[in-house]
Amino acid sequence: MAIKFDAARYGKPLLFFVCLLPLAWLTYKALFIGLGANPIEKISRYTGDWTLRLLLITLAVTPLRILAGVSLVKYRRMLGLFTFFYVCLHFFNWLVIDNFFDVDSMIKDVIKHPYVTVGFAAFVLLVPLAVTSTNAMIKRLGKNWKRLHQAVYPIAILGVLHYLWLVKADNREPLIYIAILIALLAVRVWDQARRKVALRNARAVAT
Amino acid sequence: MLIRVRKASEVKPSEITDRRVYEARRDFLKTAAGTALGAAGLSLFGMPDAQAGTKLNNIGKSRYSTTEPVNSLQDITSYNNFYEFGVEKEEPAQMAKNFVTTPWSIAVEGEVAKPAVYQLEDFIKPYALEERIYRLRCVEAWSMVIPWVGIPLADIIKRLEPTSKAKYVEFVTLHDPARMPGQKRSVLQWPYREGLRMDEAMHPLAILAVGLYGETLPNQNGAPIRLVVPWKYGFKNIKSIVKIRFTEQQPPTTWNIQGPREYGFFANVNPDVDHPRWTQSKERRIGEFLKRKTLKFNGYAEEVASLYTGMDLVKFY
Repeated sequence: MAIKFDAARYGKPLLFFVCLLPLAWLTYKALFIGLGANPIEKISRYTGDWTLRLLLITLAVTPLRILAGVSLVKYRRMLGLFTFFYVCLHFFNWLVIDNFFDVDSMIKDVIKHPYVTVGFAAFVLLVPLAVTSTNAMIKRLGKNWKRLHQAVYPIAILGVLHYLWLVKADNREPLIYIAILIALLAVRVWDQARRKVALRNARAVAT
Repeated sequence: MLIRVRKASEVKPSEITDRRVYEARRDFLKTAAGTALGAAGLSLFGMPDAQAGTKLNNIGKSRYSTTEPVNSLQDITSYNNFYEFGVEKEEPAQMAKNFVTTPWSIAVEGEVAKPAVYQLEDFIKPYALEERIYRLRCVEAWSMVIPWVGIPLADIIKRLEPTSKAKYVEFVTLHDPARMPGQKRSVLQWPYREGLRMDEAMHPLAILAVGLYGETLPNQNGAPIRLVVPWKYGFKNIKSIVKIRFTEQQPPTTWNIQGPREYGFFANVNPDVDHPRWTQSKERRIGEFLKRKTLKFNGYAEEVASLYTGMDLVKFY
């Protein structure tokens, strides 16, 4: 007898738990195994990686619905907020641990180094999205909410550029992220074009 | 604990784990791993351990050594930029494990009285070994203090008798993708090449290192022989050298080819010349929490600044 998974009841708690696993693993390693010779850099890379992964997973929800007819829309908010959670860890690691509030050198870092500029911009742009993710805000913003949250596309582009421009020579990994992002955006573009054609055809038939 | 904060007066990390304890632990792990593999039908027993260092004898001290706390052998051998064995910092320690460095020969070519191919043993035999405890500053804004064992490059060059046409020395790393798996992908233009102006190469601070912590060089640190020029960024310190060539023209160098705007030929540590990716005014000493100020020529200005008198170091970065 198959055990039926009650997604309505356990889906979100399970996802919540799963999204915390990367942090749990990092904490475990920090406490019991060690993070190597340069722990601060390790934390930065790790939290950065998971931010990008969760961002791409969040952006995969719509393509999954378009292509496979599977709707995970009700999990999207949690995925997006976990993206924000990991980017906060990434950001505060930079702010507090890496630079220890050395504001002067951080400002220079943001202005002078393109990879930091785009990364910082992506983080700042994510803040209003996280803040407006409550039901009350969605209701209050109405149509504008959707418009605001379309900022996630430029944010994702800034995010993958942040990684690409950080890397010295071996671009393979950032290019994989970029390829996935392009694919996810392409599905959306293709779907919209298809709908437009369908709508035009429907109109043509009606007249 | 996540982050170690160490004052200069505290014990060196190298003193925390006694070498014997460290080795006993390594032996235990090896035995444990051997047992596990043995159970799987593979045996490690009787296989030479390519990574085990051989003790070097008659090492002299040098006035060029710093008295700063030395980084631990663990730090020095587990955090390496050695793209021939992978682009991640931890990769060389793993991927270079079985790198065999005997026999090893070095070709001496170009503007030199006696071009020849030397066996490594013969190449280094005429010289006394010296310990040189140097700061190493990576262009990625981290640094370590490393107890190298090596030979002054000037002594070697004098013996090789370069001609009057020799204005530069070029160094080339081994190119053998079967032995250096990182070379299977063209992450950089292989083989790795570096170069020095003749007066830089003749400077008493420049050494060819063959050891670390009193033993032969671990593979991940550029075995069996590498360049150490402590006033320059880490990437100038070319590893696993198989060719030394004296030239009239400035030789092309690997990272300069990769990113000419980012990595110059001179690559002198300079807090005033910013890098497009990393602020060079500060650095994190591995093992320390707060960043420290980067010193011009990595703190060796007194010794080397005169090499660059009249040169615009912003232009010639």
